[in-house]
Amino acid sequence: MSVAAPSASDIRPVARSQSLKFYGIWVIVAIGLVVLPVIFSSGGSLTSFSLIGIAIIFALSYNILLGQTGLLSFGHAVYYGLGGFAVVHMMNAVAAHGWPLPLPFIPLVGGLGGFCFAAVIGWVMTKRAGTVFAMISLGIGELVASSSLILRSVFGGESGITTDRTALPHMFGWSFGPQIQVYYLIAFWVMIAAIAMYALTRTPFGRICNAVRDNPERVEFIGYDPHVVRYLSYCFAGLFAGIAGGLTAINFEIANSAYLGAVQSGLVLFATFIGGTAYFFGPILGAILVTYLQLGLTSLTTVWQLYFGIIFIGIVMFAPGGIAGILMMHRPLLRAGTLGTVIPSYLLALLPTLVLVGGVILGIETIAHYTASQGEGNVINLFGIPFNATTPSTWIIAIVTTIGGFLVARMTWRRIVEAWDRAARGARDQGYLA
Amino acid sequence: MTAAIEILNVEKRFGNVGIIHGLNLSVAQGERHAVIGPNGAGKSTTFNLISGHIAPTSGEIRLNGDVISGLRPFEINRRGLSRSFQVTNVFARMTVWENVRCAVLWATGHRYAFWKNVDDLPEVRQRTAEILDDINLLHRREVPAGLLTYAEQRELEIGITIAGGADVIMLDEPTAGMSHAETERAVALIRRLTEGRTLVIVEHDMSVVFGLADRISVLVYGHIIASGTPDEIRGNPKVREAYLGEEAH
Ligand SMILES: Nc1ncnc2c1ncn2[C@@H]1O[C@H](COP(=O)(O)OP(=O)(O)OP(=O)(O)O)[C@@H](O)[C@H]1O
Ligand SMILES: [Mg+2]
Repeated sequence: MSVAAPSASDIRPVARSQSLKFYGIWVIVAIGLVVLPVIFSSGGSLTSFSLIGIAIIFALSYNILLGQTGLLSFGHAVYYGLGGFAVVHMMNAVAAHGWPLPLPFIPLVGGLGGFCFAAVIGWVMTKRAGTVFAMISLGIGELVASSSLILRSVFGGESGITTDRTALPHMFGWSFGPQIQVYYLIAFWVMIAAIAMYALTRTPFGRICNAVRDNPERVEFIGYDPHVVRYLSYCFAGLFAGIAGGLTAINFEIANSAYLGAVQSGLVLFATFIGGTAYFFGPILGAILVTYLQLGLTSLTTVWQLYFGIIFIGIVMFAPGGIAGILMMHRPLLRAGTLGTVIPSYLLALLPTLVLVGGVILGIETIAHYTASQGEGNVINLFGIPFNATTPSTWIIAIVTTIGGFLVARMTWRRIVEAWDRAARGARDQGYLA
Repeated sequence: MTAAIEILNVEKRFGNVGIIHGLNLSVAQGERHAVIGPNGAGKSTTFNLISGHIAPTSGEIRLNGDVISGLRPFEINRRGLSRSFQVTNVFARMTVWENVRCAVLWATGHRYAFWKNVDDLPEVRQRTAEILDDINLLHRREVPAGLLTYAEQRELEIGITIAGGADVIMLDEPTAGMSHAETERAVALIRRLTEGRTLVIVEHDMSVVFGLADRISVLVYGHIIASGTPDEIRGNPKVREAYLGEEAH
């Protein structure tokens, strides 16, 4: 028993070059976050970056539950919202009493708020996984959201509770009044939270979370109580969601009941799923895309939720691994050098698919405008081209591009499938694909 | 010496259906004990009872003298009993390496640690590599468990079971569905890995049973009709009638 297997010493799970690459990625991300506002310095983009940063933390925290532990929560915004309220109250208290607590430390209070609530309520919630957990999370979400409107002194009713982030003690001479300073505060916390959450996946606890996700029954026979694992996972998710919510409160200088409502819970589920739950970076991509779409679409169209729905259904049906899943699908092909066989088919499919998408958008917008607006609001501006929703030609263009685009696109999609088969066979022959 | 496993008058009913009645069984420490019996006799149910997967309706089960009936599976596992499953029960999306490593973590004292880097634990890595070497899956360590061949999954099943270093190992039909050569390899593996430990094994292959076991118990309709050395069992007329005879036709 004491003799080591001869090959045991050869096993180094993490090669040095790999860990170098790993630290390299974080350094590059950090540099990117620092220079981003230098390249895009408009006020609008600063606001967008700040919101995207917060969304990244929130989505990553959600993935501790969904992707790591296999818990589908419909009420994750509760922790985000409570983190926000904890922060607002703390900021007001710090300002009122003149406590020496500068703003950069305040998000921790949000994290603490989320963590404490999760710690109190989580034990009962995580007794069961699956549908039971999902239903309870929905119930708790509704419960907290509705109590937030009743408990006015804590949640400020409909209007919420405001605060002034410049009233806190300054740090490095920063007042955190200008958006750029808030951006850097958020970027700092994005780094901290993302590294912490990644590190968490690499611990014994993080590995057992995956085991509970895959097979909670078997986990019991290797010494672990899946209930404890789910509970700890729930507390960590609450902690990081609270930090995200706290940053939102700092960013907007307000916390209101919308923060902890079902819409917010839905959005984080949406972002995490679209990004892909199977890889750590998936939710990051999802958060960037969804926040960007949300900011962009809401100003462009009144039916932006419809587009969200379509994207979500599309991902669920055709790419359940999300964007990260689609990207990582190509890794074996890249290694085997057969990626070149699929790229041309992608390019070929691009134009007809875009025509199809354009047709669908025009159709949706035409119907939306026609039914919703009377009189002057009939002109739709799509890709710089004005269309009038009341003229038949617009309807005809929409129908023709949708149907025509679909018919042509379908042919090019078939080519993608064929090219994929060939490329995958090549990768399989070389042992890069199981 | 106290018995490793002692089952005293255990009864198990599912609703109105009694599956196990008046079950008494004693497995001495260090013994290799085979449980045989026809399909549906209650062998897997007995395993489920001992390992805490289900609780007995009445009766008592002891592990090294301590009562364990009514405890949860992880509590029983922490007291040094580990079992495998008849139907492969692994962590499908995780790699072979991760499967075995997860089974090593509790036993090496890392528990729910969320402050240690799992790749940075030499004794965990060492033990995982040893187990994988033992079950001949070292070269397949990066493959997701769900993509292994059937025989490889069965070997992984054994690997996960023994990884925690439990003193009492229970294997439920470890060689089911294996080819003759695979079975031989698996039996040699089981013999080697359970050296100095207590083994309870359910097995349909009589050559495996009679080759491996120190003692054999025959379970028919939820009741043990005979328990003894291989020779005693071979010569027992009740067994011949109820079980071996059935096999021979
Ligand atoms: N959870 C359950 N609920 C109801 N009946 C059950 C349950 N588990 C097992 N049984 C029944 O108990 C009987 C014994 O099943 P068990 O799986 O223990 O048999 P076995 O001896 O392992 O058979 P095999 O050789 O086929 O594996 C079967 O009739 C089975 O249908
Ligand atoms: Mg069975």
